[in-house]
Amino acid sequence: MGPVLAGVLQLLALIAALALAYRPLGTYMAKVYSADQHWRVEKWIYKGIGANPDTEMRWPAYLRGVLAFSAVGVLFLYLLQRLQGVLPGSLGFSSIDADQAFNTAASFVTNTNWQSYYGEQAMGHVVQVGGLAVQNFVSAAVGMAVAVALVRGFALPHSRLLPHSRLRSSGGTPMSGGTPIRSGELGNFWSDMVRGVTRILLPLAFVAAIVLVACGAIQNFSGIHEVGQFMGGSQQWNGGAVASTEAIKEVGTNGGGIFNANSAHPFENPTPFTNLFEIFLLLVIPFALTRTFGVMVGSVKQGYAILATMATIWLGFTALMMWTEFAHHGPAFEIAGGAMEGKENRFGVGASSIFAVATTLTSTGAVDSFHSSFTGLGGGITMLGMQLGEIAPGGVGSGLYGMLIMAIIAVFIAGLMVGRTPEYLGKKIGTREIKFAACYILITPALVLVLTAAAMALPTPGNSMTNSGAHGFSEILYAYTSASNNNGSAFAGLNADTQWFNSTLGIAMLLGRFLPMVFVLALAGSLAEQKPVPATAGTLRTEKPLFTGLLVGAILIITGLTYFPSLALGPLAEGLAS
Amino acid sequence: MKNTVINTARLFGAGLRALLVLTLVTGVLYPLVVTGFAQALFNDKANGSEIKDHTGRVVGSSLIGQSYNLPLKEGQETPEPDLKWFQGRPQNGLGTNSVNTQYKLILSGATNRSADNADLIDWVKAAKAAVVKDNSTADHKVKPSEVPADAVTSSGSGLDPDISPAYADLQVHRVAEQNGLSADQVQKLVDDHTESRTLGFIGEPRVNVLELNIALKGLLAKG
Repeated sequence: MGPVLAGVLQLLALIAALALAYRPLGTYMAKVYSADQHWRVEKWIYKGIGANPDTEMRWPAYLRGVLAFSAVGVLFLYLLQRLQGVLPGSLGFSSIDADQAFNTAASFVTNTNWQSYYGEQAMGHVVQVGGLAVQNFVSAAVGMAVAVALVRGFALPHSRLLPHSRLRSSGGTPMSGGTPIRSGELGNFWSDMVRGVTRILLPLAFVAAIVLVACGAIQNFSGIHEVGQFMGGSQQWNGGAVASTEAIKEVGTNGGGIFNANSAHPFENPTPFTNLFEIFLLLVIPFALTRTFGVMVGSVKQGYAILATMATIWLGFTALMMWTEFAHHGPAFEIAGGAMEGKENRFGVGASSIFAVATTLTSTGAVDSFHSSFTGLGGGITMLGMQLGEIAPGGVGSGLYGMLIMAIIAVFIAGLMVGRTPEYLGKKIGTREIKFAACYILITPALVLVLTAAAMALPTPGNSMTNSGAHGFSEILYAYTSASNNNGSAFAGLNADTQWFNSTLGIAMLLGRFLPMVFVLALAGSLAEQKPVPATAGTLRTEKPLFTGLLVGAILIITGLTYFPSLALGPLAEGLAS
Repeated sequence: MKNTVINTARLFGAGLRALLVLTLVTGVLYPLVVTGFAQALFNDKANGSEIKDHTGRVVGSSLIGQSYNLPLKEGQETPEPDLKWFQGRPQNGLGTNSVNTQYKLILSGATNRSADNADLIDWVKAAKAAVVKDNSTADHKVKPSEVPADAVTSSGSGLDPDISPAYADLQVHRVAEQNGLSADQVQKLVDDHTESRTLGFIGEPRVNVLELNIALKGLLAKG
C-alpha cells in the first residue's frame, strides 16, 4: 500500500469514528444543557461559587459572568507564573517575566494556547497542571456556554427541549398583560460552564488520558532526572502530567503542549494510533455540537445543514493539503525527495496533513508536524483555515457560534437577492441582528491586518524572523492570524518572545476572543426577545443542500476578499515560486 | 453607584471562587486520579518506556531518538557519526535550555525552515552527500536517488525514534562491514525490527533505531 492510499484510509477511518460519535454525543450534550437536575458534585461547586444555578440571565448578565470569570482567570494565571520561583513543586524553575506571563495568561484563558516559551525549560508542574491545564478545561467550557446561549436565543420560546425553569417561565404563552414576561433569558452562565466541565469535558478527557497512557504517553510527577544513553553518558528528562494534559488539550481544542515540540513529541503522541486518536478528539465535540444545536432548536435537519457546511470545507482543505504535501514542491524538498522536514516518521506525510488541517480549522493549534516547513501552499492552507474564522468545525463552542454568525450573513445575502426580510430558524434577521453579525466578522480581520501591518512597518519586529522573503512575512501574518483567531499554532521560526510580540499578540488574543463573544451574546439576547415568525412559502429553507452551498460560498468569498492580498504576499508568492 | 461597585465586587468574587473550586477539580483531582491509574496499570509507559540493553543497563526510552556519534575530538565542533551503529535522522531543530541553566535539558523542536530557505537547502545537500559517502562500501555503492527523504531532513520533535525501512536498508551493508557481520545477518535484524502500519493503514512503516542498535549490540556480544 502506498502512503497516499494509507492517508486516504486514515481519513476515512476518522470520518467513520466521528460519524459514530455524532448522534450520541450531540444528543447527550443537548440534554446536559437542558436538564433540570443538578448533580450532587455540581451542587457543591455552586455552593463554593456562591451562585444560584437556577437564576435565569439576560444577555448582559450572562456576558458579565463570562467576562468576570475570564478576567479572574487571566489575573490568577499571571500571578501563578510570576510567583513560580517561590512555589513548591516547580522543579526550581524561575518566575516568568512580566510580558511573557501576560502573553501566556491571555493565551490559555482565551483558548488560544499560543506559547512564546519552551515548555520543558520554563513551566514547572504547578503552573502546568494547576494553571495552564485548568484553563484548558474552563476556557473550553466558556466557549461552549456562549454557543449554547446563542442556540437558546434561536430556540426560545418554541423548542420543547429547554433548560431548567424556562418551560415554566416563558414557554407557551409568553404574553401577560400585553408585555412579555421573562423574555430574552439565555440560561445561567455558571450552570452552563460548570456542566460543560463536569458532564462533558472531564469524562471525555479522563477516558482519553487513560488511552494515551496505555499507548505510551507519560504521566508522572517526577522531577528532572538522568537516564542512561546507548553511547554512554546520560540525558536529562522532564517528567510531567503529560497524558492528562494532552487529553484535555485536544478535547477542549486548546493546543498548548507540555513540550516545545507539542504533539510531535513522542511522549505526547507516541504512536500512529494516538495521532489519529488525537485528531479525533479535537474534532469530535465541535462536529457533534451541530447535533446539539439541531436538537435544541427542534430540528436536527438544521444541524445537518451546518454539519454539511463544516464537513465540506474540512474535507476540501484536507484533500488540498494532502495533494500539495505529497507533491512536495520547493527547492529543499525536491532535493530531499519528500516534504519530511518537520514531520515524524511514525505519522508520515498523510497523517501529518490531516492533523495540520484539523488543528487550524478548529481553534486547537496543537501540531504533530511543523507548519513552517510545509510546502508554500500547505502553509497557506493552514493560514486560510484559521482566517475562515475557525468554523469548520471550529473550536468547542466558538466554532458553532462562528458558523451560526456566517449562516446569518448567508441568509441576509439571500434576502438581498430576492428583496425579502431574511429570517433564520423562525427569527427575523433585522437591522439589529445583522449589525451584530457584521461587527463580529470585522473584528478578527481588523486585528490580523492592522497588527501585521504595524509589525512589518516598525523597524525591530522583523528581527524575529528566521526565514527571509515571502516566508518571513508569512511568519508574522501567521502569528497574528493564529492569535486573533485563538488558534495558537505558529510558523515557529518566529522568535515571539519579545516585548512587542508578547504584548501585541496577548492583546490580539483577548480582543479576538471576548469582543466577538459580546456580539454573540447581544445577538442571542436580541433573538431570544423575538416571537418566532411562522415559515411561509417564501422562507429560505435553511435545512436544504442549497443553503449549505450558499453558506460555503459566502464563507469562502468573504474570507477570500478579506485576506487575499495578504496571502498573495506570503504563502501564495512562496508556493507559486516553487 | 455604590450598588454597582458592590455588584461588581460580588461578581468577581463569584468568578474567583468558581476558578478555585474548578482548579481543585480539574487541576488537582483530575491529574492525580489519572496519575494513580496510569502508575498502577501502565507503570512502565507512564514513566517513559525505558529500555535496557543486553546487559540490563538502561540506555534510554524506546520512544526518544538518540544520536550515535563518536566522541568529539580536539578542536572539533560537530561530532562525527559512529558508523558501527545505525544512524537516526538529522536533529537540526534540537536545542539546549537557555533558562534554568542548573539543568542540561534537551529542547525538543523543529528547524522551522521553509523549502526555499538557504540553510535548509545546504543541510539537505550536505546530509545527502554524507549518507551516500558513509553507506557506500567497497562492493556496494549507494546512489543519491536511493536516499529517502527522512534520512536528510530533521523531524518535528527532533527526537524521532524511527527511520524509514528504506533508510535502514540503505545502512545494512555499511553496518555489516563495520562490525564484521554478513549483510544477510544485518538485513535480518532490520527486517525483524521493521514495524508495518498499525492495522495495515495507520501511520507509516518504520524501524526503531535504538531497539535495532540494542539488538545489534546483543548480536555482537554473542560473538
